[in-house]
Amino acid sequence: MTTVTMTVNGKTVSGEIEERTLLVHFLRETLKLTGTHIGCDTSQCGACVVHVDDKAVKSCTMFAVQAQGRKVTTIEGLAEQGALHPVQSAFREHHGLQCGFCTPGMIMTAVDMISRGAATDRASIRRELEGNICRCTGYHNIVSAIEAAAKEMGA
Amino acid sequence: MITYPFSYQRAASLADAEALLGANPDAKLLAGGQTLIPTMKQRLANPPLLIDISGLAELSGVRREGERLVLGAALTHAQVAQSTEVRTLIPALAELASHIGDPAVRHLGTLGGSVANNDPAADYPAAVLGLNATLITTRREIPADKFFTGMFETALESDEILRAIAFPIPRRAAYAKFANPASRYAMVGVFVAQTTQGVRVAVTGAAPCVRRITDMEKALEASFDSESIAHIQIAADGLNEDLHGSAQYRAHLVTVMAKRAVTAALA
Repeated sequence: MTTVTMTVNGKTVSGEIEERTLLVHFLRETLKLTGTHIGCDTSQCGACVVHVDDKAVKSCTMFAVQAQGRKVTTIEGLAEQGALHPVQSAFREHHGLQCGFCTPGMIMTAVDMISRGAATDRASIRRELEGNICRCTGYHNIVSAIEAAAKEMGA
Repeated sequence: MITYPFSYQRAASLADAEALLGANPDAKLLAGGQTLIPTMKQRLANPPLLIDISGLAELSGVRREGERLVLGAALTHAQVAQSTEVRTLIPALAELASHIGDPAVRHLGTLGGSVANNDPAADYPAAVLGLNATLITTRREIPADKFFTGMFETALESDEILRAIAFPIPRRAAYAKFANPASRYAMVGVFVAQTTQGVRVAVTGAAPCVRRITDMEKALEASFDSESIAHIQIAADGLNEDLHGSAQYRAHLVTVMAKRAVTAALA
């Protein structure tokens, strides 16, 4: 067992965990932040994407101990003072979700690609979504939502 | 909980990592973890100790040394893809890095991790061999031709750590990859480079280990254009064969992708 401390959505948190605890399990089970999902066990689906030091990563492919001292943002940390993040609003506006299971990862990936200036057109958005799988195959509206959010955010 | 239990130590320095590795022969180095962690989650690996080397300054950075570019082993694929020096001096390498895995994987996965793992379908080994790079470890420098020894095998000793890779700056180079549509690993990837030392052609994905195609190198030395290798077919014997493609199919792809790489290098 070991103690890990990090900043999650602006708050300093710590926990006593086994070394083998994945970051996604620390978020979901220790911190009860269940917005981050687990859709596979092979690092392929992207439902668990969060930001570590402002970069999109798969929280199922990182141990919580690796996030020691770092800044983590989850889907719960995007809305500010009750106002949805522009990407969240765009997913609602453009019906960018069907069952919603992949949505947290899609949105965290979208925020990251927009901040890197990579969401320049529909083809680029689709390429950037390579690591996120939508089992409903609702990609068309997901791409539309990201395209609209990128415009809205001036990226 | 998915992996077997293990202990974890963050190395304070490269010397610290080396000492820990020397004292714990079954330990594994953890840099980006984008291959190691999925492997541990499948319980295909059971290291008793992970030594985290991800934050070490000694393994980071891009610097030019004369006619070669030295890249720290812990640079992530995203860092290599975005580096101004790499994009300017060896654009083929930046381009290769920008197509590994997906954006989240590229934010964590590292150059050194990929090269030391030597997956038969990984992209970087083709660039290392194709550019005739030098592998700089904690105790020596290893030429690329002596480094990749077999499937998932390299010349690294069990307590030796890859520090950096020195890539000669080519006159022209390109990488052409036929990606598996699901995994994005190379079914076949061909790296072609023309340097002051000559032409090299390195192939990944086709065989159990990255390899050079010397017949193509000779033909391209004589005339660097895609037509000069169009007639060269490599033998299918010993090539990878799986549900994604037969050995014959991969042999055919080698010529197709080599031609595309030459065309891209000339563009």
